[in-house]
Amino acid sequence: MEFSEHIKTANVEDVVLRRPFHPPMQGTLCVTGHHLLFSNRDGDSSRLVLLLLRNIDAIEKRPSVSSGTITLKCKDLCVLQLDIPGMEECLNIARSIEYLSSLDIVSDMYPFFYRPLKLSLQDQWGLSSPEQNYAQMEELQDRWRLSHVNKDYSVCPSYPPAVIVPHSIDDETLVKVAKFRQGGRFPVLCYYHRKNGMVIMRSSQPLTGANRKRCREDELLLQAVIDGSGLGYIIDTRSNQQAQQARMTGGGFESKSSYSCWKRLHRQLERGKVLQESLIKLVEACGDHSHSVDRWLSKLENSKWLSHVHTALATAGLLAECVERDGHSVLVHGSEGTDATLLVSSLAQLILDPNTRTLDGFLGLLEREWLLAGHPFQHRCAHSAYSHARLRLEAPVFVLLLDCVWQLARQFPLAMGFSEPLLLRLAREVYASDYGTFLCNSDQERCAAGVKERTHCLFQFLLKPSEREHYSNPLYEPTELAIWPSIQPQSLQLWRGLFLRWTQHAVHLEKAQEELRNLVIECRGAS
Amino acid sequence: MKYIQSSVEQVRLLERFSNKSTSGTLHLTATHLIFVESNNTATTAAQEIWILHHHIASVEKLSLTTSGCPLVIQCRNFRVVHFVVQRERDCHDIYSSLLRLLRPVSYDELYAFSYNPKQNEQQREEGWQLIDLGAEFERMGVPCDRWQLTDVNRDYKICETYPRDLYVPITASKPIIVGSSKFRSKGRFPVLTYFYQEKKAAVCRCSQPLSGFSARCLEDESMLQAISKANHNSRFVYVMDTRPKLNAMANRAAGKGYENEDNYSNIRFQFVGIENIHVMRTSLQKLLEVVGSRFLSVNDYLLGLESCGWLRHVKAVVDAAIFLTKAVTVEGASVLVHCSDGWDRTAQVCSLGALLMDPYYRTIKGFMVLIEKDWISFGHKFADRCDQLDGDPKEVSPVFTQFLECVWQLTEQFPQAFEFSEWLLLQIHEHVHSCQYGNFLANNQRRREELQLGDRTHSLWAFLLREQQNYLNPAYCPTYADTHPVLEPSTLPCHFKFWRNMYHQFDRSMHPRQSVLKNVLTLKESNCQLEDTIKDLETRLQKHGISPPTPDPQASPRDQRILPTRPHSLILGAPLSRKEAQRQQEEEEEEEEVGEEVTECCSDTERTVEGSSGTERKESYSDLQGTYGAKAEPAVVSLEFGVARMTC
Repeated sequence: MEFSEHIKTANVEDVVLRRPFHPPMQGTLCVTGHHLLFSNRDGDSSRLVLLLLRNIDAIEKRPSVSSGTITLKCKDLCVLQLDIPGMEECLNIARSIEYLSSLDIVSDMYPFFYRPLKLSLQDQWGLSSPEQNYAQMEELQDRWRLSHVNKDYSVCPSYPPAVIVPHSIDDETLVKVAKFRQGGRFPVLCYYHRKNGMVIMRSSQPLTGANRKRCREDELLLQAVIDGSGLGYIIDTRSNQQAQQARMTGGGFESKSSYSCWKRLHRQLERGKVLQESLIKLVEACGDHSHSVDRWLSKLENSKWLSHVHTALATAGLLAECVERDGHSVLVHGSEGTDATLLVSSLAQLILDPNTRTLDGFLGLLEREWLLAGHPFQHRCAHSAYSHARLRLEAPVFVLLLDCVWQLARQFPLAMGFSEPLLLRLAREVYASDYGTFLCNSDQERCAAGVKERTHCLFQFLLKPSEREHYSNPLYEPTELAIWPSIQPQSLQLWRGLFLRWTQHAVHLEKAQEELRNLVIECRGAS
Repeated sequence: MKYIQSSVEQVRLLERFSNKSTSGTLHLTATHLIFVESNNTATTAAQEIWILHHHIASVEKLSLTTSGCPLVIQCRNFRVVHFVVQRERDCHDIYSSLLRLLRPVSYDELYAFSYNPKQNEQQREEGWQLIDLGAEFERMGVPCDRWQLTDVNRDYKICETYPRDLYVPITASKPIIVGSSKFRSKGRFPVLTYFYQEKKAAVCRCSQPLSGFSARCLEDESMLQAISKANHNSRFVYVMDTRPKLNAMANRAAGKGYENEDNYSNIRFQFVGIENIHVMRTSLQKLLEVVGSRFLSVNDYLLGLESCGWLRHVKAVVDAAIFLTKAVTVEGASVLVHCSDGWDRTAQVCSLGALLMDPYYRTIKGFMVLIEKDWISFGHKFADRCDQLDGDPKEVSPVFTQFLECVWQLTEQFPQAFEFSEWLLLQIHEHVHSCQYGNFLANNQRRREELQLGDRTHSLWAFLLREQQNYLNPAYCPTYADTHPVLEPSTLPCHFKFWRNMYHQFDRSMHPRQSVLKNVLTLKESNCQLEDTIKDLETRLQKHGISPPTPDPQASPRDQRILPTRPHSLILGAPLSRKEAQRQQEEEEEEEEVGEEVTECCSDTERTVEGSSGTERKESYSDLQGTYGAKAEPAVVSLEFGVARMTC
């Protein structure tokens, strides 16, 4: 393998591994192209610890004369320590890890090499296609059509080849609308509310610019959406001021005069750097072992993470309220329409649509609203909270989504078909994975890199019978009703399972959860 | 209802954290204030709110508005209700009646003396005999070769706030005890409260010494010596002063203070810095102000939690208990705990410490014993602290509430270690303030005997034990005690959380809409019933000479699994309220009267249908609907998420 040139020292004996919940272990450390392998032969039993290099977020080394210590801070927030005899070995290994953990050529990544016995590359990749999604929703087919205008990704590189648009809007118009929207992300349907036929659309910002440019086709498209009900809401995930400022850089918003039937509501959701820094501060606070309650609360407050959770849920609630209670269609966008927009639209769907609350439905939602809709996973999840690298495009939007979903599941423990372990698993896989699902930034990139032919699909794997059982919620009882979350600060909680996972006491909680789970399964099985 | 004194119609009840309101009728009885929602739809049961007069902490009449006269009632169980009464005169009538009713001046006026559940005299007496502290000390292994029961306080002569039966080291002679008690505030000399059998280490409690700047007392010194000598594991005894050092020093000026290490041989003195009752009272008030504000942002909430200091104080108490536990279980040393008078912080620390050390106290019965021992018998001033009679507001303080919260924090850290769920804690809290049972009335045992509580009132413990299935923690693992006899809680601040179900118990919009706890309990309960039914049916079949068929796995248990719901509890999963329990009991009795020969299974399903307006599933979702559903509200989008309705 071409990685070998970066591995000067492949094996070291008598290394001590320290990790949470386990006593220190002595054994052999081995560096491969994608993994750190640690094995210890203690009498007859041999134990193996396998760590994906991609999972390593930051590495700190403290070499001394005859040995060295490497601290590995992982993207799943676990912190490990290796005591390595021999300074040179220590430095070599550290160098290898540093290089190999930050590879950024997609085809070099582990999913392209992962070949488990139980899975075959011939298996279906992905859960469903836009065509299948469209075919399933018969109710909307007289007013909405499937457009293949983007079949070669030329109209919008971050959209899938097929999207759902109003029936009366032809492909030519769509091409013109795309030119008026940032990144070509013209308004497309993402949710159809069966109860009243209202829809949720999403897009990017219109490129009105400083001189208030208009686009007839864009106005037509939106008019076609509300044709019949006569009114619609636009939820802009920026503050009014931010939207105004965006005009200076060529962006903008739908003005009242041009879109007279649409009412704009501004809700400021943080994105990008602010969100990443929030995560960094939160993780730092959780790792602070000072004993002062005041300090903890002030750090928690200072991280603002729970505020972001609150805003996301509140905005999603607002969106769902517009659709379900007020009976109007909604267009949601921010600037690029690939982050906060997706967050809000998918949370609103969870609130409204019982089909998205099953295990299959939820993974389907993620596929539609995040993978196909072009959330740039590779950019957003390049680094996590420990990294010392300069922040570029990282932002934990997807982690924020998972946290919000967890909050929903806390408030409606019977309404979700999936369990907390699924959310935790996704939170880990999105940063470092054996599977190709979260690679690249868009469907186009995934196709170009051959992800769908040469890697395995995480979602397909999670739905295999053996896994399915582990990730389902035994208490699940489907409800057709919307699940309106309480967004009082007192109702929101820190997601211990993720952020305090590695503290000493997480074990008690995990055990108890497991116990409850078994109990429920047992009871249900018996009766 | 024969007690009704007055009723006012067309009263609006405003929801605390939203703009919604319901209208109904307000009834005032001799014991309760009752709000009955006027039922507009037949589908949902009318909401009823029963507020016991003793629970009302304050009534406030706000200035008249266009819609009527607002009346705000704050309760000791943290319920806050906001009524709007149409006519000012009615409002004033209720206001002044309540003012009269909620300030009882003598014990005889308390509800406990008139409360009369359907119970005969024998049951009532048995209720009082459920908990026997003599047996509890025996369980710990006392008396033994080093500790004995002393009769010095048989007639409450040495210390009137202590119980009659006290345990002291065998070597502590009567003169030593008497001398020591004279040197201790309120005569509360060092006595045994918990004995850790494994290491023969003792937890003792007392009040502060009257040392002033230089006074000493040889008997008191011998007393501590005796405690130390009674433990061969350790050469010294820890003396834990639970106060901040500054407070203890200030007390010296008043002739009180703390032990001088030079005068006492073999002691290790330690301050642990728990603040006094006044600080705690203010802190909780601030907390309630913060979480009571209507449009609270996440940041203000967290900053408010920080600035009120409540969680810091809770952690300080837990930290002290951990210190105590480590000294006893790890070092095998005996510990003497005191604060000023030894009935607030001392009770907190001793009882929490015992809870950490001894799995027995983590069972339902054991927890009752613990409260009976460390709080009731050792004279925590429940009457003063909980404001049972019209008294000095400076004496009121949420010390016991804080203890319950500490226990809750521990149950959150060790979900498998406790037999009871938080409902037991909430229910105990409810009744500490309700004055419905005799257990918590008055300030000490002596006074309780004078009031003849055992003869004239009922015991809460009997009531709780009777319906203990409501308080079970489904995750409880009895074998957990074998692997974790001593709990070692984390002291990391991130493990101390705001107890929403205590401080917002009655704020419906705040809680999860579905409860795992309730669901699992119901599942468990119905499973047991189903098993019984199967056995029963099998035996019947066998009687008829038919072998039981193999069970059909397809037969869905869904309908049978559903148990009577508890439609009026605000938090899903709340145990039955007394009223509901009574109603259910009555229903059951009615059924008995019918006396039809129905199989257990059948009668059970029937009761399900009768007992509630639908199946559990429907109920819990109609609950969702009731709060958010489109029908219940005018078609205006203006609610939690704050859109203005679009008018065009």
